[in-house]
Amino acid sequence: MENSRLKGAIEALIFASEHPIKMEKLVELAGHESEGELERKDIRAIIEEIRSDYEAPERGLCLMDVAGGYQFRTKKEFSYLLQKLKAKRPPRFGRAAMEVLAIVAYRQPITRAEVEDLRGVDSGAVVRSLLEKKLIKILGKKEVPGRPMIYGTSRGFLETFGLRDLTQLPSLKEFVELEEADEGIIGLAREEDAGEKAPDV
Amino acid sequence: MDYQVRLDSFEGPLDLLLHLIRKHEIDIMNIPIALITEQYLQYIEMMKLLNLDLAGEYILMTATLMHIKSKMLLPPVDDEESDEDEEDPREELVRRLLEYKKYKEASQDLEAMDRLDRDNFLKGYIEEIDRAEGKEEDACHDVSLFDLLEALNDVLKSVRTFKSHEVELEKISVKEKMDGILDSLKKEGAITFQSLFDTSSTKGDVVATFLALLELIKTNAIRAFQGETFGTIRITSSGTIH
Repeated sequence: MENSRLKGAIEALIFASEHPIKMEKLVELAGHESEGELERKDIRAIIEEIRSDYEAPERGLCLMDVAGGYQFRTKKEFSYLLQKLKAKRPPRFGRAAMEVLAIVAYRQPITRAEVEDLRGVDSGAVVRSLLEKKLIKILGKKEVPGRPMIYGTSRGFLETFGLRDLTQLPSLKEFVELEEADEGIIGLAREEDAGEKAPDV
Repeated sequence: MDYQVRLDSFEGPLDLLLHLIRKHEIDIMNIPIALITEQYLQYIEMMKLLNLDLAGEYILMTATLMHIKSKMLLPPVDDEESDEDEEDPREELVRRLLEYKKYKEASQDLEAMDRLDRDNFLKGYIEEIDRAEGKEEDACHDVSLFDLLEALNDVLKSVRTFKSHEVELEKISVKEKMDGILDSLKKEGAITFQSLFDTSSTKGDVVATFLALLELIKTNAIRAFQGETFGTIRITSSGTIH
């Protein structure tokens, strides 16, 4: 199959998927369309082409790498249109929820007690509510007395924050004065741009 | 610019200390422990007055601060046997504050990231929307519990001057106050923080009203907006119940 047709096929598959569609699925479904062996790198190249096509200002969608798959979402620049229509505010997390979420994201696997040590405040209710919102999940139990639950972020977390995987989290900012020795790992640059280039997988 | 409060839960003693450090422009590596302890205790007094649940953690921090303060008052041990470096009594606290600060900032970064259903949307989103309400809300910022406490402090100052000498037993119900706030919202649409306390004559009354307000904010029944920092806090019903 010629390249432009394959490109169309891939776009169709991504569009037809409700959840971010994984590379394996694309290989499997688009494979029938290909005469020879369809390789991941071919598909990846096509996806990059589609992505850059959509960067054109007249397009309202963007192709995002989310939670290990590919998904079309509306571009941020049009968010105001959709926010205007909305009855309630975007699912807004309170500060406590964002704090616990950040701690779990960067420190997982982590127990509730460890979260509470860090924040210096009871966090049981927040942990429960994040579990309910399916942003964090129970990973298992820690083999220490009491066998407390250990938590980690879920797939829903990646989907909500538009992350391909946890390596895409912004780097933690260390307090520079104390950590001068480790300057190499200090990531003061903010990674606000969701469209950053994907590192090789 | 309007901004909005939604209190999920209180932020804790470390957050309070960071708030005070920021407010007084203190160098975190060299905290004047006497000043910070005094400031901290003022807040604790106010929270005690409100009978807030979180006392335990805050009291523990009070003890820690007192301990550090007393240690710093002691003259350095002039002891040749202990040749290891005298540790700054504040070191452990500073370490905890920095660690907490790191994740607090990380949570702000997370907040700024593009988020599904806020910045990017999926197909089918429009169907999920209840068009009934199209109230426009500008970019909002959180107001912390501490900001509300500052406002409460002003109210309490004015109430104290009207202290009566009569001794009478009054029963104040937070539940009634909650109903009262909801009633006036129904009538007026929006009210100011200050106006909630117009009819309060005693400290107990003020406290009950304030607790009712916190409870309503917590359950998302109402919203508190503030035009600018230290501006008038306005309260409306959250409008999602239609």
